[in-house]
Formats: sequence, structure tokens, C-alpha cells
Amino acid sequence: MRDNQSIPRLLLHRGAVLFAVTCPALAWAAGAPDAGTAWWVWPLALFLVCFVLGVIAVPAGIGGGVLFVPIVSGFFPFHLDFVRGAGLLVALASALAAGPVLLRTGLADLRLALPLALVAAVGAIAGALIGLALPVSWVQTALGVTILCIVALMWRSKTSEFPEVSGPDPLAAALRINGIFHDRTLGRDVAWRVHRTPLALLLFAGIGMLAGLFGLGAGWANVPVLNLVMGAPLRVSAGTSGFVLSLVDSSAAWVYINKGALLAMIAAPSVIGMMLGAFIGARLLAVIRASAIRTLVIILLLLAGLRALAKGMGWWA
Amino acid sequence: MSATGRRESVVVAAEQLRYACVLDWSMKLGLVVLAAGFLAYVSGILPAQVPLADLPRLWGLPAADYLRVTGMSGGWSWLAMLGTGDALSLAGLALLAGASVPCLLALLPAFAARRDWAYFSIALLLAGVLVLAASGLPGWHG
Repeated sequence: MRDNQSIPRLLLHRGAVLFAVTCPALAWAAGAPDAGTAWWVWPLALFLVCFVLGVIAVPAGIGGGVLFVPIVSGFFPFHLDFVRGAGLLVALASALAAGPVLLRTGLADLRLALPLALVAAVGAIAGALIGLALPVSWVQTALGVTILCIVALMWRSKTSEFPEVSGPDPLAAALRINGIFHDRTLGRDVAWRVHRTPLALLLFAGIGMLAGLFGLGAGWANVPVLNLVMGAPLRVSAGTSGFVLSLVDSSAAWVYINKGALLAMIAAPSVIGMMLGAFIGARLLAVIRASAIRTLVIILLLLAGLRALAKGMGWWA
Repeated sequence: MSATGRRESVVVAAEQLRYACVLDWSMKLGLVVLAAGFLAYVSGILPAQVPLADLPRLWGLPAADYLRVTGMSGGWSWLAMLGTGDALSLAGLALLAGASVPCLLALLPAFAARRDWAYFSIALLLAGVLVLAASGLPGWHG
């Protein structure tokens, strides 16, 4: 009989195997002539890939978009405009699906999230407008560089399960940003508070701009800022990051919708697949260590970042 | 009325639970419309603005060229074509993109009742930013 820990791990393992089988097939298909490929093959492949991404995205503390955009722009035949638009919706859907559970369990905190989401949402609108105005090769190259920087950030940066916060800064104290969450792996309640709120607000404005520019979501940056800069516990950081994404990506997504950069045939199967995966991923967050799938995510991002860079530079059309 | 709710021994603020409840419903509404619209779209139950067979030669174009070639326009023009499968799918996506607005508005009475004007302002501003983005005004050039 399997225990509670082994079932999520088994699911993750099977998802990783499915993904590992699917991606090389897509890479081959992307390079193959279009003539023999029926229109429904790509949406179906998108659905399967996004389901797996949804399962791993929430426990990794990322929105799904950071995996979606480089992988889909690298291995699928869609224009980057539509991929970025769909990427925002994918990250958004993943965050929306996980949001109610994260809020009800206290893993996402409203008072921590709202001020950060406000500045990030404004940045995301600006980023989306800039991204849609730039030449695609520039955006693709910058995307590749950004993804490789994210890989370096995820590889090198340390996270802290329970950072030491000697006392709240004046802004955090005024806004009463603190809380208690129940850590199921430790079996006890954990009280937390934050510091360096003004610096975090500045960083979130920049993170929002990158999210809108590349359609990436922004969990990859949200979690380090919440955890390492503000001192929120890792689980609260991951949960609140997902919730912030639901607000930030909404603002940028509207820019893409209004500019016609959202194709239902690309976005719908991606979103449905990601949401179904995220329902499972949100439940895994409470029972597995957040770092358990980190290596898998880093390897996927490294491959996708190199592919995006090669495509943008014209080395691999 | 209780100011808080108790979940797994942790006290979660009442407004946070309210937000979660509204988000749950608005997200599910968007998902249902999206799934129904997309099913009707790919099954052919509803007609498509752009024929499905044409998509593989169109989805590699930049968004501006796609609109030009298909004769479609951006903004909220899809709203007038909800009888087509692709527009109905887009309506589902728009509902998801707008799902947070009612959640934020639902917070306002709770913050006002507690005279928490800082968070009342933040929630109101955030809702305003989302509505502004949805309006299409950012980036509008006439």
C-alpha cells in the first residue's frame, strides 16, 4: 500500500515521463513539413503538454507561463505573439485554479499580495505594450537570455524555509502584513512577518514588466523576492506568488486580448490542460517539499531557453 | 458575524475567505464557458469565424497580420460574434482574465466595515487597473 507521500511522487514521475516522451516528438514534428499534419494535432499536443506543466508548476512556485512560452515557442509552429498571449492566459489559469485552495489554507496571504500585485499589474501592462511593439527576433532573443538568467537564478539562489525577520519595516507594520499558516509536513502552525517592503514593491514593478513583455507569468521571480528579500516562509512565498500572478497576468492578458494576440485554438487547449493539471498541483503543494521538482524544472527551462536563444539569433529556425 | 474563519487550525481572515469563494465561482464560470465554447468550436456545432483548416497557415503570422488577413479587428469586436465558436471560446478566456475584478470588489465592504482604508484603496485601485487594461485604452492610438 502506498503512503501519502509516494502517491504525489508517483504522479510527478509519470508526468515527467509523459513530458519527456512528448517533447522530442514535438521537436521532430516542428521541424517536419506542415503538409501532412492535420490541424488538430497541435492543439491536442498542446493540451497534453500543458496538463503536465500544470501539475509541476504550482509546487514549483511558478505560474506555468515561464515553462509554457519557451517550450511552446520553441517546439510548436505558432507565432510568438500568440504564444505570449496564451502564455499569460496559461499562467493566469494555473494561478486562478490554485487560488481558492491557497487562500483558504492560508498558504496565500491577501494582505501580503495586494500591494505587490498593484505595482506589478501596472508594470505588466507597460511590458505587454512594449513586447507587442518590438520586432519578434528581439523579443525571442531577449526571451532566451531571460530564461537562461532564470535558470541561473533558480540554480544558484538559496531559498529558506523559514527566513529570520528581526522585525517588520514601517510600511509592513503599517499595513499589518503578517500571518500564521499550518505547515502539514511539520504538523504545526508557523507565524510569519516580513521586512524590506519598499524594495520588494520596486522589484515587483520590474517583475510585472517582464511578465507582460514575455508572457511568462512571474513566479520564478516572485518567490525569491517574497522569500529572500521580504523574509516570508517558503510555502507562503510560493502560495502568495501564485495568487499575485492571478492579478498581474490578468492586466497584461487584457492587452494581448485587445491587440488580437490571443487565438482561441492555441489558448483554449493550453488553458484547459493547465487548469486540470493545476488542480492536482495545488494539492501536491501541501504534501511534498517545494524543492522536490526544482531540478526537473531547471532542466526543462535550460533546454527551452537555449532553443529560444537559438531561434531568436537565427541559429535554429 | 465572525471576523475570521478557521481552516486546519489556522485563522484565515474573513475577507480572504470571501475572495476565495468569489474567485472559485468566477474562475469556474470562465472555465465552463471556455470549455463549452471550445467544444462547440472544434466539433463544428457552432460556425467558426476562421475555418479550422485555415488555421495552420495563419497561426504563424504576427497578431497584426493575422487580423489583417482574416479581416478581423481587435478590442472587444469578438463580443458581437458570440454565435461563433472561436468568439465564444474567447469570451471564456475574457471571463478568466476578468475573474479577479468581482473578487476585489467583494473585498471593499469588508475593508470599509473595518475602516481599513489603506487596503480599501489598494483593492479599489487594483480593480481600476484591471478595468483600465480591459478597456483597451492602454496602447490605443485611435
